[in-house]
Amino acid sequence: MNSDRRDKSAGCGAGCDEARRAALKICAGAVIGMVASPRDNAFADDPTRAHPQAGDRLVRADADSGVNTPLDLASLAVGDKPLIAYPFDPATRTVRDGSRLNRVLLIRLDPAGFDERTRARAAEGVLAYSAVCTHQGCDVTEYNPTENVLFCFCHFSKFQPAHGGEVVGGPAPRNLPLLPLRLEGGQLVVADTFTSRPGATL
Amino acid sequence: MHKNLKPLVAALLLAPMVATAALPPYAPVTDQRLDKPEPHNWLSYRGNYAGWGYSPLSQITSENVGKLTLAWSYATGMTEGHQSPPIVNNGYMYITTPNNQVIALEAATGKELWRYKKAIPEELQQLHPTNRGVALYGDRVYLATTDANLVALDATTGKELWRTQVADWRKGYYMTLAPLAARGKIMVGSSGGEYGIRGFVAAFDAETGKEAWRTYTIPAPGEPGGETWPEGTYKHGGGSVWITGTYDADTNIAYWGVGNAGPWMPDTRAGDNLYANSTIALDVDTGKLKGYHQYHHNDAWDWDEVSAPLLIDMPYKGRNIKSLVHAGRNGYLWLLDREKGGKIGFVDAWPFVEQNVFKSIDPKTGRPTYDQDRVPGTGKTVNFCPSLWGGKDWPPEAYNPKTGLLYIPANNHLCSELTGEPTKYQEGQLYIGVALQNILTNVRVGEKAKKSVGEVQAWDMKTGKQVWTHTYPEMNWGPLLTTGGNLLFGGGTNDREFHAFDASTGKLLWQFPAPSGVTGVPSSFEIDGEQYIAVLSGWGVDAQRMQGAFDAVLPHKTVVPQGGTLMVFKLSH
Repeated sequence: MNSDRRDKSAGCGAGCDEARRAALKICAGAVIGMVASPRDNAFADDPTRAHPQAGDRLVRADADSGVNTPLDLASLAVGDKPLIAYPFDPATRTVRDGSRLNRVLLIRLDPAGFDERTRARAAEGVLAYSAVCTHQGCDVTEYNPTENVLFCFCHFSKFQPAHGGEVVGGPAPRNLPLLPLRLEGGQLVVADTFTSRPGATL
Repeated sequence: MHKNLKPLVAALLLAPMVATAALPPYAPVTDQRLDKPEPHNWLSYRGNYAGWGYSPLSQITSENVGKLTLAWSYATGMTEGHQSPPIVNNGYMYITTPNNQVIALEAATGKELWRYKKAIPEELQQLHPTNRGVALYGDRVYLATTDANLVALDATTGKELWRTQVADWRKGYYMTLAPLAARGKIMVGSSGGEYGIRGFVAAFDAETGKEAWRTYTIPAPGEPGGETWPEGTYKHGGGSVWITGTYDADTNIAYWGVGNAGPWMPDTRAGDNLYANSTIALDVDTGKLKGYHQYHHNDAWDWDEVSAPLLIDMPYKGRNIKSLVHAGRNGYLWLLDREKGGKIGFVDAWPFVEQNVFKSIDPKTGRPTYDQDRVPGTGKTVNFCPSLWGGKDWPPEAYNPKTGLLYIPANNHLCSELTGEPTKYQEGQLYIGVALQNILTNVRVGEKAKKSVGEVQAWDMKTGKQVWTHTYPEMNWGPLLTTGGNLLFGGGTNDREFHAFDASTGKLLWQFPAPSGVTGVPSSFEIDGEQYIAVLSGWGVDAQRMQGAFDAVLPHKTVVPQGGTLMVFKLSH
């Protein structure tokens, strides 16, 4: 009954009717194989899906394909709308855009209002938050300066960027993960992994 | 296995058999049964193919409804919008919940039989975490999911028999509707108009899950209607289909409602934009488009005309018509004619809520003309009524053949203000052309709306007369059920009440405070001579979105608690 585990077995779709028992057995084998292998292994060979790593740069998500200019401090000013970016491995020139969960919202705010924990993860007021809401996985793309909150269009969850992405409104059950940044020659550089797992909480 | 564990395991294996002992063997659902459902069952989304939301059962009446009491209830364990009807076949009940879950229950007792949950890809975004119910066909249960899969389950065990990927969720396709089952096919459509999808209706073989046909709601160049789109725009033209179609078994034609054209601003796609904002008539064997009626062209207001028209045969101005009736999101009530061969003729239309956009309706074709000051555009700020949620959003109307009345869950006097801005298509991203902050605060509550917004309206379609109206202080998102006992049921209000009205007079006879707001489709059924009324409570998605917009512009805020509960009522003895 519970078929959750079958998700990765593409071959067990329409072909798996009862008349094809032989095929079913092969599919069953595939299922066992998938379940037995660690989940992340499926993506190990795909650097575009790998999580952001220390040393990664950031590039605009809406850049024309092939144009990958690492973002620097000058790309963002206090008062600008947020930018959506992907991590970028400068060594292999790989944009990590193979997973939505790698989408990052960049915003520059006055660091005077940051709490200590947030300030330690910011670069001259630039903050990088997961752009995926922790409620149902929608894009967090907007900043409301009046309330000083990042918000999700789908169900109104609100997060306080100055306080580590703390939930201050709406149905989101946990804070927005923060991706620590540092500066290297004016360039924005990922300093560490996300503070918590990005994505929906289901 | 340790030998001491064996008896325990054997006992556990036997447990489901004990649970189902009181139920009869599962009765396969045939085309004949779906076309002429037994009064004691509720076999499909609206109870019949015609979309009536009508149960002929008459044990619970306008005389005794005051004695209605909770027989049993059941917590779904999910938050967000619970919208599915409890679908019942000889004592087997099926509900769906947000996050692609089906729960099978013993309808008389509430005993859980099985539960199925489709795992959700971790990257999926759910703009509408909801589901509007299963389709029953043969000995199977069919579910459409938010990651755009169609799933067939064994009705007695919940075992997954096949699963077909209908469209690519990464591109913004998702499904929330109850499938339509007829003639060996399971039909679905896709949501995603706000993500730049190209809408379609598709049919799958009920037995194997193999795709039989797919008809796009937005035609390509060279196809009929393709000329109503500027070059290339059809690819992301929206036209979602997210409510179950109605079906005429005599002609084998299904009628589907089609959502708005995308992106929202009409200047980005000059032309009529067929078949967005229309009802389309599709041959169920082939998927061929046999006819259509576009309620309004070149949409600018997010007025999805997505709920399918009701099929009502009735006399009108001296002739008998096989009508299609639709309370439009555009605020007009439409009376259309099912003509021979699937063509759809226009009969009449008139506003059922405050509407300030249409200047006239062509009496022959039904085509409206617009007040250009009420047409939003890129770089243009416009105020218009009804609001972007329309006079009636998805919650279905109901038709009672005994009273001869059509019932509409309406929102009146509400307006919107939108400013269009340029937008660029990016795969899987919102593609709207209105700032999100603007959408969240779009609603305009004038003096009339401060007095009342939500309405339950009763119309005599034969005469075009509004027979009665019940008003609520704020919104109404309550799907309707009407019964042979002269009753009309619906929730939809932010005070969490589930209401029963006298279907003839509109008098509020009974209400019950639910654990959460009620946006579920109510149904009725009978077991062992006892009539039940069943409905899911569980506020969320668009109702909550409208609540959020109210909270943003009104001086007070309203908290509607979330969490799904199935409520099943019967008369106390």
